[in-house]
Amino acid sequence: MSTRLAWGILAIWALLALLAPVLPLAPNTIRLEHLLDGPSLQAVFGYDDLGRDIGARLLTGARTSFLVAVWVVGLSSCLGTLIGAFAAWRGGWWERVATQLLDIFLAFPGILLAIALSGLLGPGIDNVVIALTVVGWVGYARLARAQVLTLKQREHVQAARALGSSEWYILRRHLLPLMSGALIVEATFGVASVVVAEAGLSFLGLGVQPPVASWGAMIRDGARYLLVAPHMVLAPGLSMVAVVLAVNLLGDRLRDRLDSRLENDSGGHE
Amino acid sequence: MHAYLIRRLLGAILTLLGVVTIVFLFIHLIPGDPVEIMLGESATGADRAALRHALGLQQPLPVQYLHYLGGILQLDLGDSIHRQLPVVQLLRERLPATGLLALVTLCLTVLLALPLGILAAIRRNTAWDSAAMGFSLLGVSLPNFWLGPLLILLFSLWLGWFPVSGQAGAASVVLPALTLATGLTAVLSRMIRSSMLDVLHEDYLRTARAKGLPPVRVILHHALRNALLPVVTLLGLQLGALLAGAVVTETVFSWPGIGLLTIESIQARDYPVVQGCVLLISLVYVLVNLGTDLVYAWVDPRIRLDGSTG
Repeated sequence: MSTRLAWGILAIWALLALLAPVLPLAPNTIRLEHLLDGPSLQAVFGYDDLGRDIGARLLTGARTSFLVAVWVVGLSSCLGTLIGAFAAWRGGWWERVATQLLDIFLAFPGILLAIALSGLLGPGIDNVVIALTVVGWVGYARLARAQVLTLKQREHVQAARALGSSEWYILRRHLLPLMSGALIVEATFGVASVVVAEAGLSFLGLGVQPPVASWGAMIRDGARYLLVAPHMVLAPGLSMVAVVLAVNLLGDRLRDRLDSRLENDSGGHE
Repeated sequence: MHAYLIRRLLGAILTLLGVVTIVFLFIHLIPGDPVEIMLGESATGADRAALRHALGLQQPLPVQYLHYLGGILQLDLGDSIHRQLPVVQLLRERLPATGLLALVTLCLTVLLALPLGILAAIRRNTAWDSAAMGFSLLGVSLPNFWLGPLLILLFSLWLGWFPVSGQAGAASVVLPALTLATGLTAVLSRMIRSSMLDVLHEDYLRTARAKGLPPVRVILHHALRNALLPVVTLLGLQLGALLAGAVVTETVFSWPGIGLLTIESIQARDYPVVQGCVLLISLVYVLVNLGTDLVYAWVDPRIRLDGSTG
């Protein structure tokens, strides 16, 4: 997959997600005469087990995953960066407590904590965002902490400190611009993992409430009709994998570019 | 080594205490009255009072917490609400299935990732390399809950090679293990590739080649052995992905392990069992990572020496 194709997929995803409410879609209209019908000219992606148009549900599902991804990545990157940067900047007890807290959250493997939390909080898009943010901030905090620990020693930061600049000003003007590259790479991969996590929670029945469409819930419904209607599983899965592949590919490229820039950077100083 | 060992153990104990605290707070995170949610609206007042008493919810929070900690030390995680069994017994019944699944997955992963990673490294920048890395990118992008149904469709329904789901005979472990192994293989083969590439430029490899050793022996004996060290650490970290992935994969295949128990209990609102499952999975994860770190420090003196001076 080329970079251009990856950008194209993401642009279509975002556009459809934003336009879904104004498009003439009927994702919840039940047409029993089309029950489990395969792809046809009227419905390119076929119909599901209730006779709903899968194409229309794909688009509303795109909106669900896009909204969750934007909210979760936005919230957890801000929260994580603030906590991580603050802990590393203050040092001492602040840092020790924050590091221990990070270790505790990292001790829950993968999305296990998110599964448990959304199970406890109950289904719904808000609770999905909360559960995934509680799990998601840790990665950004760890990264921001590591970055600030090294940046703190740089001369321009020391100078700003000696001049009596406020913490907030130093963070905004001197630290964030230098951290942003690594954080953006982390956030890019974050989008992919949140899309998968949201679909996973919905697959387990812990995500959005029916009849709201989600790619994960569509896969779960389709898994019961694999033999008679494989298109029910294939369409949402392919949409999700296309988005995830595109994001991962761009993340890889971005990281490579950043790495080579960093190498050139340090090479220039030595 | 002793200083490193003690520091690492203390850290792990603090982490585990934190994990227990979060899991303890689960019941109190439920919006509304947990007893009402667990029993449903049809429950009588007496039933509710009995459950509230059994969970100790009428006591002050610190007392509940100490009680919970004390229970864990005696391997008592409370009783399941709907199954009328101790949580520990339920976990013990389900553990072998998850253990078997994890073991087969690990074997499959190593069998697939080693040749893939080595091939990509020694045939760097060829079609082999890009095919292996393309597969790897695809592997990390295929979620378990989609790959699982696809494998069922292909191997169970169309080809009829393996059972669709459940635990019936040795063949039934293949598809869930393959589902879990795909993502792991993707990550691991990448790591093996980059680790091999680092090693391939070392002087001792040039020496080994110059001695006239056969290339296979140079790669397997001299390069791979040194390249595997960072890979082992990654494998420990990836076990977390495996355990969390097992929750989803066991649900896809109705594999009767801890993961399926977690989801069943969430759906039945049997929260003591949910707490037990999350606690067990996290405990295993922390201990495996601790073990990996200690083995790593034992094998590679640079780690523990670095730690004690810094």
